[in-house]
Amino acid sequence: MSIRVINEKCTGCKLCIKACPFAAIDVVKKKAVIAMDKCNLCGACIESCKFDAIVLTKISPSEIDFAKKIEQHKGVWVFCEQKNGVVQSVGYELLGKGRELADTLGVDLCGVLLGENIKAEAQKVIHRGANKVYIVDSPKLKHYQSEPYSKVLIKLIKEHKPEIVLCGATSIGRSLISRVAISIHAGLTADCTGLDIDKKERLLLQTRPAFGGNIMATIICPNHRPQMATVRHKVMKEAEVNNHHRGKIIESSFDDDTYSSRTNLLDVVEEIEETVNLTEADIIVSGGRGLQNPENFQLIEELAKVLGGAVGASRAAVDAGWKTYSHQVGQTGKTVCPKIYIACGISGQIQHLVGMQSSDVIVAINKDQHAPIFNVATYGIVGNLFEIVPELTKRFREVLKK
Amino acid sequence: MNIIVCIKQVPDTTEVRIDPETNTLIRSGVECIINPFDMYAIEEGIRLKEKFGGKVSVVTMGPPQAEDALREAISLGADEAVLISDRAFAGSDTWATSYTLSKAVQKAGDYDLVICGKQAIDGDTAQVGPGISAHLDIPQVTYVKKIEEVDAEKRHMRVERMTEEGYEIIESPLPCLITVVKEINEPRLPSLKGKMRAKKAEIKKWGAKDLNVDPDLIGLNGSPTKVLKIFTPQPRGKGQILEGDAKEVSEKLVELLRSEVL
Repeated sequence: MSIRVINEKCTGCKLCIKACPFAAIDVVKKKAVIAMDKCNLCGACIESCKFDAIVLTKISPSEIDFAKKIEQHKGVWVFCEQKNGVVQSVGYELLGKGRELADTLGVDLCGVLLGENIKAEAQKVIHRGANKVYIVDSPKLKHYQSEPYSKVLIKLIKEHKPEIVLCGATSIGRSLISRVAISIHAGLTADCTGLDIDKKERLLLQTRPAFGGNIMATIICPNHRPQMATVRHKVMKEAEVNNHHRGKIIESSFDDDTYSSRTNLLDVVEEIEETVNLTEADIIVSGGRGLQNPENFQLIEELAKVLGGAVGASRAAVDAGWKTYSHQVGQTGKTVCPKIYIACGISGQIQHLVGMQSSDVIVAINKDQHAPIFNVATYGIVGNLFEIVPELTKRFREVLKK
Repeated sequence: MNIIVCIKQVPDTTEVRIDPETNTLIRSGVECIINPFDMYAIEEGIRLKEKFGGKVSVVTMGPPQAEDALREAISLGADEAVLISDRAFAGSDTWATSYTLSKAVQKAGDYDLVICGKQAIDGDTAQVGPGISAHLDIPQVTYVKKIEEVDAEKRHMRVERMTEEGYEIIESPLPCLITVVKEINEPRLPSLKGKMRAKKAEIKKWGAKDLNVDPDLIGLNGSPTKVLKIFTPQPRGKGQILEGDAKEVSEKLVELLRSEVL
C-alpha cells in the first residue's frame, strides 16, 4: 500500500495539510509532499483534496521502479507446481521450453518449488535441466493456498529478480500467478501456446489463442520485468531426464506472517471416477447426444479404458445429466489438447470445437456426414457409432493385448 | 449481504474473425452478450440475496453500449448497476482492468462478497478476478462450484473449489472474492417484472475522475503487456474420411493410430 501526489493535479492549496492528523504533509514549491515516515495511509488527505490529486495505491513507487529496472533482471524461472509432494508434468514441460529460452538469452534456468519435504523433487527438477532450484519447504506450503504461495513467490522474485517467470495454466497456476503479477506490477499473459525470444530486444514473445481459438495474438511486455506467462498444459514437450545434470538447490524460509492464510483449506476431495484426469490425458474418448441415453456411455468408457484414456462429454450430454460437469469439453467446460481425441456422436458445435481443436489427431464418428465435427477431424468415420465403437474397442484390445 | 458482481460484455466469440486487409477484429454485426460465466456469477449473487437479504450491485467496465449488459443483469434481479466507462481506460490489459475494477468496487460501498465468472470467453485469461482481489487485498477462492454455507453473522463462508482432480473445501472470512464455474447453478430467465424494472432503472456511470485512480496505472499507461500482432491460426489440414463397414473402418483406424497408442 502506498500514497502519492499527482503533481500535475496538485495546486498547492494546502487543504491536505489541515486534514492530515499526523502532520505528514508539507507544501514545497506549490506541490504537496507526503513524508512517508509519518504517514499511516489513513486517507484523510484524499478526502480533503478538491482536485483528486492524492491517490492511494496498492503499489508503492519503489515497486513500480522495481518492475521497470529491466537490466537488473536476469534468468528464466519455472514455477514447478506440486501435488501430494510430486512435481506435476506441466512443470517439466515448462522446463523443456524454459531451457531453450534461457539458452537463447544466455542465462540460467531456475525452478521454483514450494511444498513440504520436497528436496528429492528439487533434484528431479535439476535433472530436467535447471541450473538452480529455489525451494521453500514448510508444512504450511504442503497444499496450494493462494495467499501463502503468492506471498512467498513475490518475495523470491523481489530478491532474485528473474526476467521471465513461467507457470502452468492450471487451476493452481492461473489463481496464483495473477495475484503475484498484480502485486509487482508485472505483465502477465494467460494460457500461452507458443513462447519465443526476440533476441535483439531480449523480449519474450508470448503467443496465445483468443476468442475461443479463432484468432491468435502475440503479446509482449516491453517495459516491465519479470515477463510472466502461464502456459497451456500438454503443448510444450517435457524436458528429458539427465541424471548427470548438476545444479544448485537454494533453500529459503520466511516468517510465519508470510505463510499465513486468511482462507483455510479444510479438505481435498479427489473424484476418482474414471481415474484419468481429462487435462492430463494423452487420449480422450468423448460422447455426445448421439449416444441417446446415459447407459450407452459405457461404450465410450470401454474404449477409453482399453486405450488408457479419459472420458469426455459434449455439453449436450452433460446438460442432459448423462455425465458430470467435470467431463465437459468445450467453451464452458475444459479445454483439452491430447494426442488423440475421439469424438463419438458429437456433431461439433463451435462451443465444443474450441475446447478440443488443438488436439494432435482428431477422430470423428458420426452418422451425419455434414456434421461440423468432420471439418476438424483428421480421420472421419460416417456411420453408426453403436456398431463402430464396440468394433474399435475389440480391435484396439487385440492390438494392445489387453 | 451486500454482493458486488463484476461482469463483462463480450462478443459472441464464435463469430469473431480477422479482417485480412486491416488485420483487426471484425466486431460489427457480431451480437454482444453477457459473458456466460458471469451469468452464473449474477445468479449466485441473486440467490444469496434472496436467502440473506441485502443487495446485489453489478459492475462492468466497457464502452457505453455495455449498459445493455447491466440492464439485462437488472432484469434478472440485480438491484444496482454501475458502468465504468472512460476513454482513459482504453487499452487496459488485465493489470489495469483489475486495478480500475477494484477502485469501482471500493467506491460502490461496503461489501461482503465480490463474485466474478471464472474467465471471459473473449480473452480467456481468468486473471481479472484474482487481480481484483489482489488490488483489494482480500482473500480469493477461484473456480468455486458450490457455496456450502454462509454465516452472515460470523462473516465467513465455506465453498467447494474445483480442481483438475476433484475439489477442495475452503473456508474464507468475508469480505472475499470468488470466481465461479458453470456447475454452481442454473441461471434463471428474466421475469416480465424484471424486464420492466430494467428499462426504467438508473445506471450509474463512473469515469476516471469519479474513481480517483492513479493516471499512471490505468489504460495503456497502466498496462505492462502490449499486443504485438494478431493473426488467424493455421487451419487444420483437410481430414480423411475412412470408408467401409464397421469392421473395415475399425481396422483402418487402428492401423493409422497404431504408432500413437502403442
